Amino acid sequence: MPQSSSVLAIRDLVVEIPTRAGLVRPVNGVSYDIFEGEILGVVGESGAGKSMAGNAVIGLLDPPARIANGVIRLNGERIDALNRAEMRHVRGKRIGMVFQDPLTSLNPLLRIGDQLTETIRAHLPLNAGAARDRAVAALQEVGIPAAAERLDSYPHEFSGGMRQRVVIALALCAEPSLLIADEPTTALDVSVQAQIIALLKRLCRERGMAVMLVTHDMGVIAEAADRVAVMYAGSLAEIGPVADVLTHPNHPYTEGLMGSTPLASKGKSRLNQIPGAMPRPGNLPQGCAFHPRCSRAAPACRNFAPQPMRMGPQHSVACHFPLVEQPEEALQ
Amino acid sequence: MIPLVDVRHLSRVFDVSKPWLNRVLERLPRARLTAVSDVSFNIEERQVYALVGESGSGKSTIGRMVVGLLPPSEGHVQIGGIDLETERDPRKIAEARGSIQMIFQDPYASLNPRWRVGDIIVEPVAARGEDTYGLAERLLEQVGLSAADVSKYPHEFSGGQRQRICIARALSSQPRLIVCDEPTSALDVSVQAQVLNLMSDLQEDLGLTYLFITHDLAVVQHMADRIGVLYLGRLVEEADAASLFENPRHPYTQMLFNAAPRMDAFGREVEPPKGEIPDPINPPTGCAFHPRCPIATPICTEKRPELRKIGEGRVSCHLVSA
Repeated sequence: MPQSSSVLAIRDLVVEIPTRAGLVRPVNGVSYDIFEGEILGVVGESGAGKSMAGNAVIGLLDPPARIANGVIRLNGERIDALNRAEMRHVRGKRIGMVFQDPLTSLNPLLRIGDQLTETIRAHLPLNAGAARDRAVAALQEVGIPAAAERLDSYPHEFSGGMRQRVVIALALCAEPSLLIADEPTTALDVSVQAQIIALLKRLCRERGMAVMLVTHDMGVIAEAADRVAVMYAGSLAEIGPVADVLTHPNHPYTEGLMGSTPLASKGKSRLNQIPGAMPRPGNLPQGCAFHPRCSRAAPACRNFAPQPMRMGPQHSVACHFPLVEQPEEALQ
Repeated sequence: MIPLVDVRHLSRVFDVSKPWLNRVLERLPRARLTAVSDVSFNIEERQVYALVGESGSGKSTIGRMVVGLLPPSEGHVQIGGIDLETERDPRKIAEARGSIQMIFQDPYASLNPRWRVGDIIVEPVAARGEDTYGLAERLLEQVGLSAADVSKYPHEFSGGQRQRICIARALSSQPRLIVCDEPTSALDVSVQAQVLNLMSDLQEDLGLTYLFITHDLAVVQHMADRIGVLYLGRLVEEADAASLFENPRHPYTQMLFNAAPRMDAFGREVEPPKGEIPDPINPPTGCAFHPRCPIATPICTEKRPELRKIGEGRVSCHLVSA
């Protein structure tokens, strides 16, 4: 359990996009921390705002999307109000990024050695030779065999899994304190996915780095994450230690998500489906965004958006009627 | 009982050579990619048969050959005793074609954006010149949409709803076999659950047979009666779903199951699998899995193992015994 200091602290983050139909809020009041040496899994279905929150942290929101409210702190320092030049020093140096598709994350016309040394020299005061040595070390660390020879290869000469390793090396070469991995294994095969998850866990443990792992895959969360944040329609439905949240979900949406996952239900029984689909960000229902699909919805859910409640030491849930075996005295 | 689908020694080779001029100038030989190599299996009526494998294992190529979208290089496919490649009687061909349908992975790409949903759904029947009155409305309600949706266009629907439209289209010609190529891979978990439940219900109600092609072991475990595991175009193991998940015999199946994420895996430290799928243009000699196999012996590099009957299933490995 992380007793260490918070690397990333997000408070009341709101991302707004002005559209013809009015302001849309794909991220609507999200708060969480990621601690040193910890993997926080951010899980949700498409449109839940999980990637948008990650992009807001590294300042990669596509205009006109913008941070309308909230505070983002990296190691205690505010980074949400930095200008472009200042943000460039944070991005890559202090926050690394890994995206879903390793092929589009690399420049197909440059040798991977050049891409690595360019990144290293942009952030660290090294000469070309030292940068090259560091590039070799970075490739070795992510498990690329014959790293020194592979520096002169182009991205197309690598397989999908190896490319994703190169992208991770690229993200880590300036030794960031936070890594944001947005669906890093979605494009990969199961056996390669297991390799990349093992790599992320090892790097996180060895370097004490904080990792934000954004994914839609509950199985990946169960394998990799220490804590999990479940997002629904731009808000945090539930956050807590992964074993607690997945085995005893307190939010009806988390429970529905677990019931829908074929992994969790054994054999050929019917999957426990949630009716309907997630509302679009521009068309959120009043009150709790989940109430039209919720079997436990009561009048309060239609009128008031629930605030996060503590359910345990690190476990909180945004629901008026959380699922609990015995009502806990921790209910505020 | 005659199986509904009978696949015998099926192979498919693709010519992936560079153009003629490049081959001459660069002195390159012809390159052939063996996507499917000597695969045989049967699917009984009303069974859900799943083909699983990673990318490049040939699972989609087999699916396309079963529905007749791609001619086999060797071997043959019989649907209800009719081989679409060699059959000459046009009445039998039409009947066999009508009894096979397919559902594709991407519900955005598999519906014509300029056609109304009603027209899309009845097309398999209309193409045979049969009466389609009221058919689209009935099918839409059967897959959980509204009869009023017939006059809408595909862009008015979400991904899960589009996949329901694809299912309705597949059902319109009253098929016996539906080949489902990664039908839920593009969908979110909660929508995937809705579509899988719908497919199970339809299978029970209409007595359908599914050939389910997917890389997702969780979906396979949930849906399949019988499973074939593919590696580099070869069938390495085949067994009933329950016994395969309980007791995987082939080292590749074991590796795959071990690598798949588990919901109860908190803090699990797994030894991740070694290596990656080899280049299918130059596959390894002998058993294709030997470079990654933890128990490989010299014979594995020399001789390709036969698919042998072990227990109630079949395994293709020199070192596995009953």
